[in-house]
Amino acid sequence: MEAEIAGELMTLNMGPQHPSTHGVLRLELKTDGEVVHEAIPHIGYLHRCFEKHAENVDYPGVIPFTDRMDYVASMNNNLGYALAVEKLMGIQVNNRVRCIRIMMAELNRIASHLLAAGTYGIDMGSYTPFLHCFRDRERILDLFEETCGARLLYNYNWVGGVMYDIPPGFEKKVIDFLDYFEPLVDDLNRLLSHNYIFIKRTANVGILSPETAISHGITGPNLRGSGVEWDVRKDEPYLDYDEFDFDVAVGEGKHGPVGSCYDRYMVRIKEVKESCKIARQAVAKITPGDVHESIPKRGKPPAGEVYMRTECPSGELGYYIISDGSLKPYRVKVKSPCFTAMSAFKEISRGAMISDIVAIVGSLDIVLGEIDR
Amino acid sequence: MESIRELLKAIPGYNSLPPLLQDFLPMLASCVIILLFVAILGMFLIWLERKVSAHMQDRLGPMYVGGWHGWAQSIADGIKLLLKEDIVPAAADPLLFKLAPVVVFVGAFAAFVVLPFGARSIVADLNIGVLFLLAVASLSVVGILMGGWASNNKYALYGGMRSAAQIVSYEIPAAMALMTVVVLVGSLSMQDIVNAQKGGIQNWFLFRIPFTFMAFFVYYTCSLAEVNRTPFDIPEAESELVAGYHTEYSGMRFAFFMLAEYANMFVVACVATALFLGGWTQVLPARWVPKQLIPGPILFTLKALFLVFLQMWLRWSLPRLRVDQLMHMCWKVMLPISLFLVLGTGFLAVYWK
Repeated sequence: MEAEIAGELMTLNMGPQHPSTHGVLRLELKTDGEVVHEAIPHIGYLHRCFEKHAENVDYPGVIPFTDRMDYVASMNNNLGYALAVEKLMGIQVNNRVRCIRIMMAELNRIASHLLAAGTYGIDMGSYTPFLHCFRDRERILDLFEETCGARLLYNYNWVGGVMYDIPPGFEKKVIDFLDYFEPLVDDLNRLLSHNYIFIKRTANVGILSPETAISHGITGPNLRGSGVEWDVRKDEPYLDYDEFDFDVAVGEGKHGPVGSCYDRYMVRIKEVKESCKIARQAVAKITPGDVHESIPKRGKPPAGEVYMRTECPSGELGYYIISDGSLKPYRVKVKSPCFTAMSAFKEISRGAMISDIVAIVGSLDIVLGEIDR
Repeated sequence: MESIRELLKAIPGYNSLPPLLQDFLPMLASCVIILLFVAILGMFLIWLERKVSAHMQDRLGPMYVGGWHGWAQSIADGIKLLLKEDIVPAAADPLLFKLAPVVVFVGAFAAFVVLPFGARSIVADLNIGVLFLLAVASLSVVGILMGGWASNNKYALYGGMRSAAQIVSYEIPAAMALMTVVVLVGSLSMQDIVNAQKGGIQNWFLFRIPFTFMAFFVYYTCSLAEVNRTPFDIPEAESELVAGYHTEYSGMRFAFFMLAEYANMFVVACVATALFLGGWTQVLPARWVPKQLIPGPILFTLKALFLVFLQMWLRWSLPRLRVDQLMHMCWKVMLPISLFLVLGTGFLAVYWK
């Protein structure tokens, strides 16, 4: 009887130019009315041969290309690569560089999460939180602009140091920003996170069980949203993260099963608060020093290979670099957190409605620049 | 319309015109007046919406066109839309595609016929006023469905289908909520309903009995759904369906959809004003202020604009419901409540009077 009623499936092509695919993702939806039977993601519209580029420029020359992967969190992308090459060359950086890097990374994490939360608001049909988030994100970009002149693609973390020292009075500006911003997180919560409709739309949608998350290699807020406490900053500390006091936010399943879109969203909101804490501590720990002290004259590492992973806003970003002892890397492989997050999409979106597809894509916080590279 | 007829009669030589023309000219004049009113109102509301949303979002909105707070922005936009190329997609059904915006606009336009702006400012005080309103309000569904289907675009089709399902469903609780007032007044004529609320705020149906108090909120919520406003804007959910049923429309046809949407917003606000907020009658109790200070039409428009402002406020604060939640809300929450309200009011009207 069922088979007789069930009609033909309609294929709906969502993207690559669609308001809520967060870039140039194409989703092939097999729909039966509003219900989606299968959602097949097609990626590759933003492929720019990052890894091939990296084989043809010298070690420091790769950094601007890393900017263009997760273009809303360039600081973190630079950082991972710089740390990997430093590990390969055996460079130790001084305390000032480490503190500045942590401060910048956390500020950029706030900016990236604000963008994720704001666009998620749009996905759910609420436009105002988006502009509120962008207003605050703008202040962070102003801070970055003051330091390195760029607002999106910073090229700031160099191998062995940072591009420019922070200008005088910068620490105070960061603290001022944090003082201004921290109460506004509660504003956002009142406006969007605790909204009844918003909870109804997200709390039972796109359930990603911890088992599925781990088997797909999902990392970052998406994994923590499923209740798994795993944060590279805590579990495999780099820079000085082990000396900082912060908590790892995990999904609580307050309004539904653990691992829902709501949990992933809330993890980001909580992480914003944690990042504020870390940034404050980093500012307090900054000591005088020369940020260009350890920059190598000639970037020629010994032959060998290195893998370095860091906690990016979207998850665990890994750089695997093989050196043949020449000026250029032999191979740079990137383990992209968004790509792994996208791999579970098909599984968690089965049987959802069209509106839920938008909710799921938004909650994974994918950046197509990083998926396609 | 009566006052227009009298005005025309004052023109020398009008009485010597053929009787058919004498009947026809006042109708034409009222049509032109409504059309002008709708066009100006639509442009004003679009400007207002942009300013309201801007200030809620910590920005300024239009500031340059025309000088003072960008008041001429909508006019500039209108001119731009007029000058745009008229595109009918190759795969579309040309006739239906061209007809759809007109049908939608007619639905919004016709409702103005029975809106009681003042004691004498009404085009036609039909004795079936409320029924007429409900009937023409559902005309826009036909247009939206037509546009969604004729565009030959899957997103537009989804938008049209969603809209049809939504408007048809929400019409029932909305009509039920209006019935509570009709039961109390015992007339479907808009002027009778307004006259029953004369004498200040305590006589408004909003505050008369608990049933009508609740009915106002039921009607207001349902009217949001009928005019596709957030949180019920799923037919044109831009993050899901690009632009819903008007995805393929551009230029003047798009402007017609837009104008109709804003005119509809105003119409439902007017209905709520006339039925629950005393229409054009005074706000202050007649005991204290025996004479109406503000002219009826201005007061009526102000009351309605306040409700429109509420619609905008809601739109820029709330997320959007999902289709199934929307239907759940209608059939399992709104409909039982409105049925209960009609029953309760009926009992009161029969046994308590």
